[in-house]
Amino acid sequence: MKFENTTLDNGLQIIAEVNDEAFSQSIGYFVKTGSRDEVPEMGGVSHFLEHMVFKGTDKRSAEDVNRELDELGAQSNAYTCEDQTVYYMSILPDQQTRAVDLLTDLMRPALRTSDFETEKNVILEEIAMYDDAPPYGSMERCMESFYGDHPLSIRVLGTPQTVSDLDSEAMREYHRDRYAPNNLCLVATGAVDFDALVKQAEILTESWEPSRFKRVSTMPKHGSAELQFQHAPAVQQYTFELSQGVSRNDPRRHSYRLLATVLGDDSGSRAFWALVDPGLAESAGMFAHEYDECGILGLYLTCTPEDTQSNWDALVSIVREETSKKITERELTVAKNKICSSLVLSSERPGNRLFTVGNAMTMRGVYETVDQSIANYRRVTLEAVHDAWADYVNQGGARVTIGPELDVLK
Amino acid sequence: MAETESITAPDISHIHRLSNGMTLVAEPMPWLRSAAFTLLVPAGTRSEPEGLQGLCGMTLDLAQRGAGKRNSRQIVEDLDYMGIERSSSCSTFHTSFSVACVAESLNETLSIYADIVLRPHMPKDEVDESRQTALQELLSIEDDPSQKVFTQLKNLRYGAQFGRSPYGSTEGLESVALQNMVDYHVGRYIPDGAILAVAGKFEWGELKGMVEKLFGDWQSTETNPSGSVPIQTGVQHLQHESSQTHIALAYDCVPYQHPDFYQSRGLISVLSDGMSSRLFSEVREKRGLVYTVSASCQTIGDQGSVLTYAGTTGPRAQETLDVTIETIKSLGNGISEGELSRLKARVKSSLVMEQESSTSRSSQIATDWYYLKRVPNRKQVLAEIESLTCDSLLEHFQQYPPTGWGLVTMGPEPVVLAEDLVRVDSSSCDGASEGASNGANQLPATAKPPAAKGTTR
Repeated sequence: MKFENTTLDNGLQIIAEVNDEAFSQSIGYFVKTGSRDEVPEMGGVSHFLEHMVFKGTDKRSAEDVNRELDELGAQSNAYTCEDQTVYYMSILPDQQTRAVDLLTDLMRPALRTSDFETEKNVILEEIAMYDDAPPYGSMERCMESFYGDHPLSIRVLGTPQTVSDLDSEAMREYHRDRYAPNNLCLVATGAVDFDALVKQAEILTESWEPSRFKRVSTMPKHGSAELQFQHAPAVQQYTFELSQGVSRNDPRRHSYRLLATVLGDDSGSRAFWALVDPGLAESAGMFAHEYDECGILGLYLTCTPEDTQSNWDALVSIVREETSKKITERELTVAKNKICSSLVLSSERPGNRLFTVGNAMTMRGVYETVDQSIANYRRVTLEAVHDAWADYVNQGGARVTIGPELDVLK
Repeated sequence: MAETESITAPDISHIHRLSNGMTLVAEPMPWLRSAAFTLLVPAGTRSEPEGLQGLCGMTLDLAQRGAGKRNSRQIVEDLDYMGIERSSSCSTFHTSFSVACVAESLNETLSIYADIVLRPHMPKDEVDESRQTALQELLSIEDDPSQKVFTQLKNLRYGAQFGRSPYGSTEGLESVALQNMVDYHVGRYIPDGAILAVAGKFEWGELKGMVEKLFGDWQSTETNPSGSVPIQTGVQHLQHESSQTHIALAYDCVPYQHPDFYQSRGLISVLSDGMSSRLFSEVREKRGLVYTVSASCQTIGDQGSVLTYAGTTGPRAQETLDVTIETIKSLGNGISEGELSRLKARVKSSLVMEQESSTSRSSQIATDWYYLKRVPNRKQVLAEIESLTCDSLLEHFQQYPPTGWGLVTMGPEPVVLAEDLVRVDSSSCDGASEGASNGANQLPATAKPPAAKGTTR
C-alpha cells in the first residue's frame, strides 16, 4: 500500500492509495461543492448539475457517455450531499486510460438547454419518490429548523419550486466557478498506475483555469423549535432531533461517534435494548455527523403514533438524563470493536477505500491508512466519552415529528 | 494485477457432505483479511401452517434470544465484541443467516450460529417481544410503497402458500404461540437440505473439522419436501394517496437452474444493467418519465420471473407502463453487437471484483449449491457468457417470449395493462391488506455500489 499525492500547476490535486495486489481500481472526481455552497433561490443546483454532467460534453453525446461507461464494464455513479459532489467508477486496471479520459471529459459538460428540461422532470420525480418514502422529509425539515438561515439548511435536492425555476445559464455560471481545477480532487485507489494517471490528467486538464471560489464557513445559530407535520398516508410516526456535535476537524469527533455508538447504534446499544429489542419501536437511536465548522448529534425514533410520546420520553431519558449510569469500559470496548471491524471489512474493496481516502483528503486535508483510522478510535478514553456526554446533555435541540396525525408529541 | 491473471486466480471450491444431509461449501480467498458465511436452513414461509403467517420470522427472532450457553444479551454482546456484521431473513424456502467477520473470529462466530440453529432456548418470557418486533417490521413495509408493491406482487403471482410475505400478516403474528414456534423449529430447522457456504480467509482442513464438530450431531428424521411452484397472472391496484404511482410488473423467464439461464440473464442485462440499457434510456433518458426504472430476475423454486419496477407521478403512469412493456418487447427486434459486448464486459468485471468481497462470494456459492448442486468457477461462468451471441439471445427471446404477466400498482390512479397481455379480470384491494415479499433469491446483476451519504444519480 503506497500513498501518492501531487498537485498540478492549474491547482488540480491528484491522490492515490496504490495497492498492486488489488484486483480492481476505483477512480473519482471529488468536487468541493454541495448544497451548503448554494444560495437558497438556487437550492438543488449542485445536484441538478450532477445529473447534467452525464448528459454529454462537446466531444460526447449523452448516449456516448452512457455507452462508454458500460463498455468499461464499470460500476459507476455519482452523488451529491451538503459538502460535495462525487463522480466515481470501479473498473479493471487495464481500463484506466479510457476511464480517466471519460471521467475527466465529464467534468466539462456541454449543459445543453434541450437536455435541461428533460432532466428537470427526472429530478422532480426523484423529489416525489422521496416524498413517498419514509421518513417523509422529516430529516430535511429538521435540518431547516436546526440551521435556520445557515446554508446547511438548504435541501440537497432543492424543492419542486427551486428546481423548476432554475435556468441553464445560471447553472453554467455555477459550473465555471465550482468545477475549476483548484476546487476538484482526482482520487484513485487499488491497482493504480499513478504516474500514468498524473501524466494523462495533466494533458487533459491543460486548458482548465483555476477560479477564486472558496467556501464561506460561518458558525450557524442553532434553532430549537419543536415542530409537527402531518403525512396522512403514513402508518408510523417518524421523529428526529438535532443537537450540536463537533466539526470534522475537532479532535473530539471520535469520542462523539463512540458516544453515539454506545447510546444509540442499531445493535446492542442502550437505546436498542430499551426500545428496539422489546419491539416498542421499529427503530430508535443516536447518530453523529460532522461538517466543516460544526456537527450534529441526532436522535431518531420510528414507532406507532400511540407509542411515540412514551418511547420518546424513554429515549430522551437514556441519552440525556441517565448520565449517572456511567459508560463502562466494556461498553466502550465493544463500540470500538464494532467501528474498527467495520473499517477493516469495508477496506477490502478499493471501491470503498475511494470514499474514505477521498473524503479524508478533501474534507480534512489528510491521508490515513486503515490502521491509523483504527488507532484514532482505539486511543479514545472513557473520560473523553463522558466529557462528550456532559457537553451533549447541556444542549437544546430542534425536533421534527411527522406521521398520520398531529399532536402526538408534547 | 493484469485482468487475465485475476480471472484465473485460484477459486477452487471445497465441498463436504455431512452424514446428516447438510452440505458445507467453501471457497478460500487467502488474499483477504475477512471471512464470511451464508447459512441456509430449509425453514421457509411456505412451511407455515395457514393462519400463522409470520411464524417463520418470529421463530427466527426468538431463536436469537438465547441459545446454547448464552442468553439474548450475551449473544448480541459477544457478536458485537468481535465486530461481527450480520443479518438474517426468511424467504419462501429458507431461513438464512449472512455473516462477515475478520478471519480470526470465524470459528467462534460459527459456534454461536450453531447454537442459534441447534440449541435455541426459545424463552417463553420473550415471545411477546418477538411478536412486537415482527409487528413493527410489518408496519414499516406498509409505509414504503416501493416495497409494498413487490410484497403484493409476490402474493398475486405465487399464491397463498408460495407468495407469502416473510413479514407475515397482523392476524398471523397475533395468532402465533410459543408451541407453534417450538414445533416449527423442530420440524424445519433440519440438516436435510441445509447449506453452509463459507468464503474468505480460512484453512480448509480446520474449517471442515470445526463444522463437523459443530453441526455433525444435528439430527432430524424430517426431510425437505420438494414441489412445483404455481404461477398466477393478474392485475391489482392499491389505492394510495402518494405522489408517485409505483409500478411492479412481472413476467415468466427460465429459472436459475435452467441450462439456458445465462441467455435469459443476458436479456435482462440488455434491458436494465447500466446506463445504456434499454429501460434506462427509453423510460428515463429520452422521456424523463422516472427517476427509477429497473428489471431483475428472481427464482422461487422451479419458477423464474423477471420483475420490473418504475415509479412516476400520477398523470404519467400509464405512459410509463406502456413504454416499459414496449421496451421489453423490443428485445424481439434483436440484440446489437454493442449491447452484447457491453454485457460481456460488465459480467467480466463483476466476476473479477467478486474476489474482493467474501460476503458476495459466500452468498453466490450458497445460491449456486442450492439451485445447481455445483459451484461454477469464474472460468466456467466466463465461458458461458462468452458463448452468448446476438442470435442466441434473440432465439431465446423467441423461444421464451414474455408471458404470465402480473401487475401491481400503488398510487392515486390505476393503470391499464393491455388486454392481449392479460385476460384476467382486474381486481382491486385496499392499501391496508397483507403484504408479501420479493425477498427470495434475487440475483444481483452486479455488485452494489458502496453506500454513500447524500443522493445518488
